[in-house]
Amino acid sequence: MIFVDVWVWLSDPENWSGAGGIPARVGQHLLYCLAATAFAALIAVPLGLYVGHTGRGGVVLVGGGNAIRALPTLGLVTVLYLVAGGGTVPVLIGLVVLAVPPILAGTYAGVQDVDRGVVDAASGMGMTDAQRLWQVELPNALPLLMGGVRNAMLQVVATASVAAYVGLGGLGRPLLDGLRVLDYGQLVGGALFVALLAVLLDLLLSVVQRLVVPRGLRLAPASAARRRVRRGVDDSSPQKLVATAGQPDSGGSRA
Amino acid sequence: MIEFRAVSKRFDDGTVAVDDLDLVVEAGTITVFVGPSGCGKTTSLRMINRMLDPTSGTVLVDGRDVLQVDPPRLRRGIGYVIQQAGLFPHRTVLDNVATVPLLSGWSKRDARARAAELLELVGLDGDMGRRYPVQLSGGQQQRVGVARALAADPPVLLMDEPFSAVDPVVREGLQDELLRLHAELGKTVVFVTHDIDEAVRIGEKVAVFRQGGVLAQYDRPAELLARPADDFVASFVGKDRGYRGLSFVDPAGIEVRGGATTRLGEPVSPSREWLLALDADERPRGWLPPGTSADGPLTEDLLVPGGSLYERGTAVRGALDSALSSPSGLGVVVEPTGRYAGVLRGAQVLDVIDRERAERG
Repeated sequence: MIFVDVWVWLSDPENWSGAGGIPARVGQHLLYCLAATAFAALIAVPLGLYVGHTGRGGVVLVGGGNAIRALPTLGLVTVLYLVAGGGTVPVLIGLVVLAVPPILAGTYAGVQDVDRGVVDAASGMGMTDAQRLWQVELPNALPLLMGGVRNAMLQVVATASVAAYVGLGGLGRPLLDGLRVLDYGQLVGGALFVALLAVLLDLLLSVVQRLVVPRGLRLAPASAARRRVRRGVDDSSPQKLVATAGQPDSGGSRA
Repeated sequence: MIEFRAVSKRFDDGTVAVDDLDLVVEAGTITVFVGPSGCGKTTSLRMINRMLDPTSGTVLVDGRDVLQVDPPRLRRGIGYVIQQAGLFPHRTVLDNVATVPLLSGWSKRDARARAAELLELVGLDGDMGRRYPVQLSGGQQQRVGVARALAADPPVLLMDEPFSAVDPVVREGLQDELLRLHAELGKTVVFVTHDIDEAVRIGEKVAVFRQGGVLAQYDRPAELLARPADDFVASFVGKDRGYRGLSFVDPAGIEVRGGATTRLGEPVSPSREWLLALDADERPRGWLPPGTSADGPLTEDLLVPGGSLYERGTAVRGALDSALSSPSGLGVVVEPTGRYAGVLRGAQVLDVIDRERAERG
């Protein structure tokens, strides 16, 4: 029975200690994921804000993003590893490349989706371009921006296993080892931890999202739904921002 | 004062939105730009606060060419209200209203205190300030939009179809509110609408634009309805413009007569004419048809519901309507308090109109 094998692997004290133990593997995996997502956000958020704010380069951005998504991460990491001659940097670059498109798309869509009337009013009130971006567009883009970050994190957690292919550990290790020696307990156990990590990180990010998204925007879906019910009509226009999540697989609580 | 001098606006795609506009908006008035869609009324408005710049010509606000002023600074001195209000969804109502004072460098405390005053001015509760825009009705949002535009006390207020997204009843309330605010604050208001009724209701002067951005007529509303400059204006102000023009006839000439009345609770004796039934507070309740008889005292179910009531001193349009809609043919006149004042006949209203026309020659 596979469950028994998993249990045996999990309950072996030797698997819980040392450089190859589960805690160390989880730590490595976590580090790769957090570092890659953070670097990706550093690149993608400013770029997405710029493109969303100015409206310049939107087509290039979407096309480029999709092209990058099509890159096989494993191949990329292997090539970079061979070129760089080892080290963690190629792995990180591969994961960053993977994480940039969802964050970029979320940020860009978030800024683009801010109600045109709101943007028009911001300028009409006498905000400079920079004030409009920081005081109006960014706060209103946060739900979709955070959706993009969560999306990226999930992908990175799942893909960080590639680090093991080039000998850098992480939770890919038990997967590879288990597969090689047909130790299904180890294989499934490792996969279990990857899934668990993904769920926990997403929960963590959902808490962060709650903290950073302004209250007025979090109220929006509930109030809009209530009003629709009360009036008995469809009144979707002012709540456009939250209605069009734009990221069907963002795993957000907004749906 | 706002002045357009030979202003034209051509967009990149070649469409001419405004064509050689010359127009002066007097300080302290409400001026309405009205016309069908694509007539350049909104484009003209947006050239005042440089949301758009003219292709040629000059826009002056208080004698100064707006192109000489940096747009953000110019806009902080001009109130701006748009359709759907455009409130910032992530800020409380109070902070929305405090936007322009904060941008102008006020302290947060002063700006919020000012915002609270403004909310009161537009008739919103103080604790409304803590709510978020999504928690307000359309009409409330639009009031907040007006408060936000007025927060830095700008001499000029631009309003771009501000009331077109709210239902007719709320819209009328907002229009009244605007007229009250205007009487109180004396701002120069430029108001864009596609609704000619709204234009003649609130405008001291109305500029009618036609497709292609041409100013067709610029006049007082009464003149516009009485003497449209051409066929376009005549058709735009509508088929019933004569009836609408009744809003501008002086109601003082209408003589209110005493009518035959009875009271709820009194014995019913058959009469040869319609009797107007009043309640204990002298308010009209309905008409008792001729020849009605009953054993008991007069109750409401014997009455025919009345027509519209005409409040003494208000627009003549209402006087004529009260007569037309009354089952007895007599329009019921009430005091502003709602107490019965007398009755009038439709013919009297028509006489007043004829007399006024004769006087004007």
